[in-house]
Amino acid sequence: MKVSMSVNGSPVTADVESRTLLVHFLRDSLGLTGTHVGCETSYCGACTVSLNGQAVLSCTMLAAQAEGAEVTTVEGLARNGELHPVQEGFWERHGLQCGFCTPGMIISAVTLLEENPDPSEEEIRRGIEGNLCRCTGYHNIVRAVEYAGAKMRGEAPAPAEWENA
Amino acid sequence: MSSTSVLGGVVRRREDPALIQGRGRYTDDVKLAGTAHVAFVRSPFAHATVGEIDTSEATAMDGVLAVYTAADVEHLGKLIAQVPVGTLRPLLNNGTVKHVGEAVAMVVAENPYLAKDAADAIMVDYDPLPAVVDLKHSLSDEVKVHDEASNTLISWVGPFGADEDALTELRDGIEAAKQREDTVVIEQEMTNQRLIPVPIEPRSVMADYQAGYDRFDIYSSTQIPSALAGALGKYFGMSLNQVTVKAMEVGGGFGCKLNVYNDEVLVAFASKQLGRPVKWTETRREAANSTIQGRGWIAAAILTGTRDGEILGFELEGIADMGAYSQNFTVAIPFLGLFVGSGQYGFPTYWKMDCVTTHTMTTDAYRGAGRPEAAYYLERIIDMYSREIGMNPADIRRANFISADDFPGAVSPMGFPMDTGDYATNLDAALEMAGWSGLISERDAARAEGRHVGVGLATYVEVCGFGPSGLVDLGFSWAEYQMPSAFNGSSLVRIHPDGSATVSIGTGPSGQGHQTTWAQIVGDGLGMSVDRIRVIHGDTEESPPSVGSFGSRSAAVDGAACFEATQKVRAKAARIAAHLLEASEEDIEFADGAAHVAGAPDSSVAWGDIAACAYQPHRLPEGLEGGLEAHSIFSPGNATWPFGTHIAMVEVDPETGDVDILRYIGMDDCGNVISPMIVDGQIHGGIAQGIGQAMFEDAVYDRDGNLLSASLVDYILPTAADLPSFELSRTVTPTDVNPLGVKGIGEAGTIGSAQTVVNAVVDALEPLGVTHIDMPLRPRRVWQAIQDARS
Ligand code: FES
Ligand code: FES
Repeated sequence: MKVSMSVNGSPVTADVESRTLLVHFLRDSLGLTGTHVGCETSYCGACTVSLNGQAVLSCTMLAAQAEGAEVTTVEGLARNGELHPVQEGFWERHGLQCGFCTPGMIISAVTLLEENPDPSEEEIRRGIEGNLCRCTGYHNIVRAVEYAGAKMRGEAPAPAEWENA
Repeated sequence: MSSTSVLGGVVRRREDPALIQGRGRYTDDVKLAGTAHVAFVRSPFAHATVGEIDTSEATAMDGVLAVYTAADVEHLGKLIAQVPVGTLRPLLNNGTVKHVGEAVAMVVAENPYLAKDAADAIMVDYDPLPAVVDLKHSLSDEVKVHDEASNTLISWVGPFGADEDALTELRDGIEAAKQREDTVVIEQEMTNQRLIPVPIEPRSVMADYQAGYDRFDIYSSTQIPSALAGALGKYFGMSLNQVTVKAMEVGGGFGCKLNVYNDEVLVAFASKQLGRPVKWTETRREAANSTIQGRGWIAAAILTGTRDGEILGFELEGIADMGAYSQNFTVAIPFLGLFVGSGQYGFPTYWKMDCVTTHTMTTDAYRGAGRPEAAYYLERIIDMYSREIGMNPADIRRANFISADDFPGAVSPMGFPMDTGDYATNLDAALEMAGWSGLISERDAARAEGRHVGVGLATYVEVCGFGPSGLVDLGFSWAEYQMPSAFNGSSLVRIHPDGSATVSIGTGPSGQGHQTTWAQIVGDGLGMSVDRIRVIHGDTEESPPSVGSFGSRSAAVDGAACFEATQKVRAKAARIAAHLLEASEEDIEFADGAAHVAGAPDSSVAWGDIAACAYQPHRLPEGLEGGLEAHSIFSPGNATWPFGTHIAMVEVDPETGDVDILRYIGMDDCGNVISPMIVDGQIHGGIAQGIGQAMFEDAVYDRDGNLLSASLVDYILPTAADLPSFELSRTVTPTDVNPLGVKGIGEAGTIGSAQTVVNAVVDALEPLGVTHIDMPLRPRRVWQAIQDARS
């Protein structure tokens, strides 16, 4: 069957088997391998993409269900070579180690900050609860989201912990 | 106390720009034209004889390229293991399967969906047999895992190397102490439950056999690319220069990617048979059932001490679960626990762990590997002792530590020489950072309000960064994988004609930031910006052979090799620069991308010019060879022994059993620190995994050997909402076994944390009479313990 949607701002159309999951459509048909698969039970969040501005799990929906939607993956966040503030936050605050959870985590953080531009630590932790990370203990992911939030509000981010040491 | 880098400054990670933009390349991202895909048929029974395997329907399906069973691969032999004590795993099994998830057949098809459909169409007759899962039951040999052998594979006894007489004397001494009137004896059986490593990236392997060249390119999500290359060379009768293994980005490993797996061998086999690239990526359920697990001990700890805090003896006797087959390290994991069986203390210790098989998946190295288990028992029983005699848990530990004055030259009661240590200073720093007396008053105030708040403390020492190379003479080589020694580091530093540098190194990182750290070491040594330095790792064609990344060894062993290779290059470059600047070699300094003459700021020559000269032999000083590169193999003088103190404050809701971690403080000592940012990150992740064990994670097998927690719905990992921010600082006691003074930090957080949390929860419930709860401290279990204590 034919599916059409907008991915990272560009219209795409492709022929896929009807059982094709959105994540496989992105990874295999479009070659956007930034979106990862970490489980098959909608529990890890590695496959999170933005669908019409909402964070969704691309491993549990069919490509056909995204017909006509606006999809943003981690590859679509940087604009004109400028990192999205959330990407910058992850880099500046060591919010990733192996990086496998990172694309999904970043998309969740972007949608979180769009809904709540000034979240408390508690709200950040609840906001990314659906994304598992096995490497960071989440500590620096929280710092990364705080950094991005400050940047997006036009404030100066708090210094990195290792700068205080 | 200091947390600055020995090399100065923090560098943002160089691996991050790709990873945060979705441009990192993990194994499953590799696409080669004509790739075929694999699915496995796996046993649904823990113990069963395999009857007929009917592959006819699958073979006839469109798009199915091949179906393989044991008969097709038997000639390759069994899965090789470095410590081959026990029964080795068949690559595919058509005899008697020994655990749920054991591979019986393999399908190769045009795409993964078809492969899965075809695997589902294969009919296997199984005749189920009784399974043994319980460790005490296994010890009895009533049901055997392998007919030909006892379930008990080996018993590790400490002190290591002690003969019967010495052991008798030791045990008699402890027995005599128990009889004294001024002593108390604390005894507790405790479980250190099985865990599933769960890197978020499932394992994945792609083999590309190129018939025209008779060689393999293997892409694998592995921590040990060189060992995989060596193993495949053996299986297929190829030399090491015919097999290239590339571990590109690896999405977490934690020890479970520190095995050569049967699937890796089988995928390579299929590629060679079919002459096409072949790929397999495990599902999460397969990861649970067929990738190694960790921990799985039950043991009874007995502590004997005086009423004023002098510990006179510690005994630990238990059983460790090896699963069905022995893989890479399996029986060696409890041995790593024995290394630190007496912790950082000087008291007499008797330690015995029986390693038994069960009808479950193999256990092997999971972050900490034996050391978290050993530290858990020791620190829990000391905690019980401190409650019994009413002494502060910090004072009791301080009173029994091996003293800083005993270094250098300290030997642990388990019989192992230790490098450097200053445990009391570290403990005191932790108490000060936490504001210990303030914490206790806070706890007491909360208790006065009827809240159940507790404070827990635990100290640890661990052992990592193995060397020295001479361990091979004691039988600890990696010869099975064609690696003469697993205890060296290896690194090659090359200056290109334009003055840029490449360092290639045998590590196999899975998120530890090696792109950054090795560049920092080279950049610091050569006075060169890290932007001019490329790092190549995890690629057996480009990197000098080294064993990979595990056991917190990379910085202390390969990092040291990188440092030494850098020094060699620097020395040669200094000769060239001195020649070019007409200065004396001793006066040459490197900074800002150039060599300078000390005290003569105008006299300098850039790396590009030094390099250009190096590749024009006629311009070189007499007797100097052309080229500018160096290879170093580093063998450390000993393993390293990092240590630390962790403190947690928790609150328990007695109505629900919910545990809330209010504060978590870590004071670790890993010697010198290259990147404080990366080191802290390692500790954060390590603590989260220790808390995961303490509170959430549990690989549960039922009596029939079914894994009940094979999905992430049932195997509960900590989420961001479950954890607090961690408060970290460090003491710095450099090691003397490598030139960087670094000890390693990959596992310390995990080794120090589970018992810290359990100690805190038990402290919170002490007023109710709770003395111990087995992990994981999930709400129901905590609630039940409260009910039991109340009734
Ligand atoms: S891959 Fe795990 S939730 Fe989608
Ligand atoms: S960075 Fe490895 S899983 Fe999050």
